[in-house]
This record gives sequence, structure tokens and C-alpha cells, in this order.
Amino acid sequence: MSYSANEPSSRTKWGAGTVVILYAIVTLMPLLWIVATGFKTSEDAIAYPPKVFFEPTAEGYVNLFTTRTRVNNEDLANLEPAKTWYEQLVRDRGQVIAGPSRYSERFLNSIIIGFGSTALCMLLGTAAAYAFSRFRVPLKDDLLFFILSTRMMPPIAVAIPIFLMFKNLGLSDTHLGMILLYTAVNLSLSVWLLKGFIDEIPVEYEEAALIDGYTRFQAFYKVVLPQAATGIASTAIFCLIFAWNEYAFAVLLTSGTAQTAPPFIPTIIGVGGKDWPAVAAGATLFLMPVMVFTIVLRKHLLRGITFGAVRK
Amino acid sequence: MAEIRLENVTRAYGSVKALDNLSITVHDGSFLVLLGPTGAGKTTTLRMVAGLERPEQGQIFINNQNMDGKTAAQRNVAMVFQQYSLYPHLTVRENLAFPLKSPLLKTPADIIKGKVEEISEVLQISHKLDNKATALSGGEMQRVSIGRALVRDPSVYLMDEPLSSLDAKLRADLRIELKSIQSDRGATLLYVTHDQVEAMTMATHVGVLDEGKLVQIGSPREIYEDPVSIYAAGRLGQPRINILPADLFGTAPSGAKWIGLRSEHIIYTEGSDGTVTRVERLGDQTRLHMRFKGHDIVTVTDAHTSLKSGDTLAVAPSHPLFFDQSGKRISS
Repeated sequence: MSYSANEPSSRTKWGAGTVVILYAIVTLMPLLWIVATGFKTSEDAIAYPPKVFFEPTAEGYVNLFTTRTRVNNEDLANLEPAKTWYEQLVRDRGQVIAGPSRYSERFLNSIIIGFGSTALCMLLGTAAAYAFSRFRVPLKDDLLFFILSTRMMPPIAVAIPIFLMFKNLGLSDTHLGMILLYTAVNLSLSVWLLKGFIDEIPVEYEEAALIDGYTRFQAFYKVVLPQAATGIASTAIFCLIFAWNEYAFAVLLTSGTAQTAPPFIPTIIGVGGKDWPAVAAGATLFLMPVMVFTIVLRKHLLRGITFGAVRK
Repeated sequence: MAEIRLENVTRAYGSVKALDNLSITVHDGSFLVLLGPTGAGKTTTLRMVAGLERPEQGQIFINNQNMDGKTAAQRNVAMVFQQYSLYPHLTVRENLAFPLKSPLLKTPADIIKGKVEEISEVLQISHKLDNKATALSGGEMQRVSIGRALVRDPSVYLMDEPLSSLDAKLRADLRIELKSIQSDRGATLLYVTHDQVEAMTMATHVGVLDEGKLVQIGSPREIYEDPVSIYAAGRLGQPRINILPADLFGTAPSGAKWIGLRSEHIIYTEGSDGTVTRVERLGDQTRLHMRFKGHDIVTVTDAHTSLKSGDTLAVAPSHPLFFDQSGKRISS
């Protein structure tokens, strides 16, 4: 086998590969722990020493999606036979299903607010970044600095003003309010990141499109946007992860209608003892959308596709 | 096709005047080459006509219509950029079809297909039509970029050094190709270059620009044989015209400060002696670098000359051009 001069030797590759794998194991441990706990019984979940091998059960997931009441054995014996496997599972633990939990509702809220704010953030961020990148905006540098300065403190530092503002505007505990809030927090990041990506797209492409008979907006849409796809995808992932995982504002500003999953999951602990498997199940499911989103956009994260067609 | 007319166009970038009260007319069906060094305002002129930049003063007319406030799309011009500017996310075919698909033209698909194939044939890129634009060599990219302009039927063509990045053979081929396309279509073409061969071979008219001003406009022959100044004379001619003190060869017209001698306007049979310092053999011709009364002269001679460095040779002017103190031509 021959190698090009700048390709690392196979020993270097093996070494680097080993380091990466070890690092991956370390970072994935907590994740594995959560996934495994979701399939344990309550007893196995808190067993010491921790059980690596255990008999998997769907109890955690059933508990996550249901509310249950404890009944005594006599009443339990008098009930009609359970119709479904999960009803049986609950009865085996001396309980009956009282109704569905609010997890799926909270999960849906998370999806609406997380993806809604990400979409809005991309729309506004791309438009602003394009303008900053291409047009002569008065006070451009000052405006960009101002936008960046909104991230110079942790957003939660302004929790009280925002709380009062939301209350007065009637935005408390609404989907719209949370979408606007997360968009506002993420916008500085997305404007700066996207401006960097758009700056790298040579202006000649748009000029060529303008001459080829397209309007500026069409040139933006047909020529700039496809080339900015990489940047938009990676920025969207950052925005979604923030909005998806945000806890503090969600606790403060939502309760009934617009509560997202992060503040809901800890409340499971309080229902009928410390139900760790249900919490773990909730966390596992909560991971999925962001994971899928990231995997779907993964190919856009590879850079270097668009370079080379303009001579510099 | 159409006529392009610039009237008193001025444009400054900060304190630098890119175009200074420039008036120029490109007649319908003519091939005007703008010559000048970097910063003379050639590219700015093209961008003004294309509508990518607005003049601060003055007007631009295409086909006798004032282009004031018209967008690039409305002007219906085609332009080849110095940087190829191919859309990297599209294939070669899609790149060539892009202007035809514009909301301006909305060409039917079957006509697009025909036109794209026709133009790719001419530019010898048919076999690459389904490649990504980024998967081409520099020369191929530039041909696609020229093709993207030629595939349309615009009012005028604008080209900004379209051949500068090609290798010598392709450049020679495309020179002929471009010229014949232009004359077949009767196209109006405004072309920027600093390659004097391109100017001499393709242009019907040459415009010489200096710091945003038009120095001279005329046929390539006129500019070559009858330049208005040292600057204009220096734009054409390879090797460059020799500029020497006017009295170096004896009598000079009154007011003359400099004498300009094209390399072929030197005769070796009479006059004072010069010393050959270097012999440059180019194959079809040989250049002699000489030292003459303390000045360097470059001339051409027979390809098979037996002269060598150190030989002495008589030198005299045959068709001298005289210039005054400021570099202006003095008619002799």
C-alpha cells in the first residue's frame, strides 16, 4: 500500500482511533446508564452494586405514560381480568391505571416550542446574517456587537424582568411566548454563525445570478441558500439543542398548557416514591428527536463541498 | 443586438476615482476591447453597464434606452466574470440552463436542452455536462462560464478577462471561436483584457483607459500605428515600444521630448552603433536587446540571425513617433 505524503501513517490512525473510542465510551457511559435504567425495575434501578445484567421490563415506560393508584389485594382480585399487557404489568405491582400521564402532552409541547423557535431563529438569523454580510448597514459593527452582547450574561439573569414582561403581555405559559423567548436567546448565536458562513460565499455568484435574469431575492433563494445549507444545518442543531434542553425558563414561565418536557420529568419522581426507571424512560425518549435531527442533518455538517468554483 | 453608450459616467471609491467623466460608445455589432492596467477602470465600466454598480454621475444607454434605475436582470446583458462564478451546487448542464430558466426568459425545457447541447458542443464540454461544476479543471470552468453567457440572446455581451486563466492553446482556440460567434451573431461585445494579442485579433475597436479616463478609441491598427500618447502606444506592441530621448538619433521636431520606436521600426543598415547585450530566440522571431548610447533598446530580427551578445550593429529609426514633455503625440 502506498500513502500520500500528507496522509497519516496507519499507526497514527490506530492510535487516534483508540483515543476517540475511549473518549466515546467515557462520554456515552451516562447515556447508557439512563437507557439501561429505563428498562429496570425500581428495585434493580437502585440496587447496590449496580446491576449490569438484569431482566428488562417495560415498567418504567408504562409508569411514564400513566398515572396509577394503589389498591389492596382483595379489590385487585375482584377486578375483571386485565385487557392489555401493560394493565397486567401494573396490577402485578398492586396498582391500577387511573389514567394517562401528561408526558406525551409535555413532549409535544417540547417539539412545538423547540422546533418552532429553531425554525423562526433560522428564518430571522439567515435574513439578518445575509443583510449584515452583503449590504451597507449603518452602524453595522455596533449592531453586531450589540447582538453579541445579549449573550454576555447567562439569559436566566434577566429571569425576573422577563417573568414580569411575559405576565403583562399575557405570554406566560403560552407556546408563542416560549418560542419567542428561545428565539431571542438563540438569535445572537445564529446571526453570528450564519454571517460567517454567508461571508464565505463569494458575492460573484449572486452577481452572476442577477445578470442571468434573477431578482435579488431569487438569487438569494436559488444561489446563496443552497450553498449556505451546511451552515444553516449546523446552526439549527445548536439552536434546537438549546431550546430543547432549556430548563430554568421553562420552570419559571410554564406550568399548565405550555410546559415542556424538561420541567415535567423531575415531577415524576414525586409520584408514588422515587420512580427512577420512569424518569430514565422519560429522559431516553426525550433524547430521541434531537438525535434524529442531528443524524438527518449530519451530511450537511461535512464542510468543503462548495469550495473551488471561484478563482480567488 | 444593441448599442452601448456611456455619457460622462463618474464613479469614485472613497477618494479614488474609478471612472472620471467617461464617455464611450460601443456601436451595434462591434467588438470593443478595453485596454489598461489594473485600476484603469475597465472592470468598473463593465459592472456599470451590467447594472452591478450605479454611476454617481452620468448616464448609460443600451439600445438608446436610459438604464438609470434598471436592475441587472432588466438590462438583459450577459456577462462572463474573471472569476468563473459557476454555481457550485449545480451540474454543468444546470449551470448552462440557469439563465434560460430565469423568470425573465422562462424557456421551455426542450429548447433549453437543445441550446445547452449546442453551446457545449461549440465549447467542447459536451462530455462534462453532467459533472458538478466543481469537478472541472480551471479551463473547463471558464468555458462553462463563457457558455452560460453565450447560451442566451442578450442585448450585449460583457466579458471580463474571460481567457486569462486558460492555457495558451485553449486561449488561441477560444479567441477564434469567440470572434466568429460574435461576427456570426452580429453581437455587441464589450471586452476587458490586458492581453494585447486578444485586443489585436478580436477587436473591431480598442478603447484605452487610464485612471478612469478614455485616452483613445479606434481600430486596433489605429491605436498601434497612430497612438495619441506614450501611454496609448505602450498598451499595444510586443515587445513594448522603445521610448528614448527625442534627439538620440539627430533631428527631432520642435517640442519633441521623446521618440517612440516599435521594435520593427528600427533598421540596422545605417546610423550609429549599438551593442547587442542579449539575444532572445522565440522560434518564429528573435529579439535583440541592445545598448545604444546609454539606453536599452529591444528590437526584433530574423529568426536565424547569427548575431550574438557583444556584437555591434548600426541602429536607425524608420517610422518614429514623437511625443512632447507630457507624453502627448506630436504629429511629424
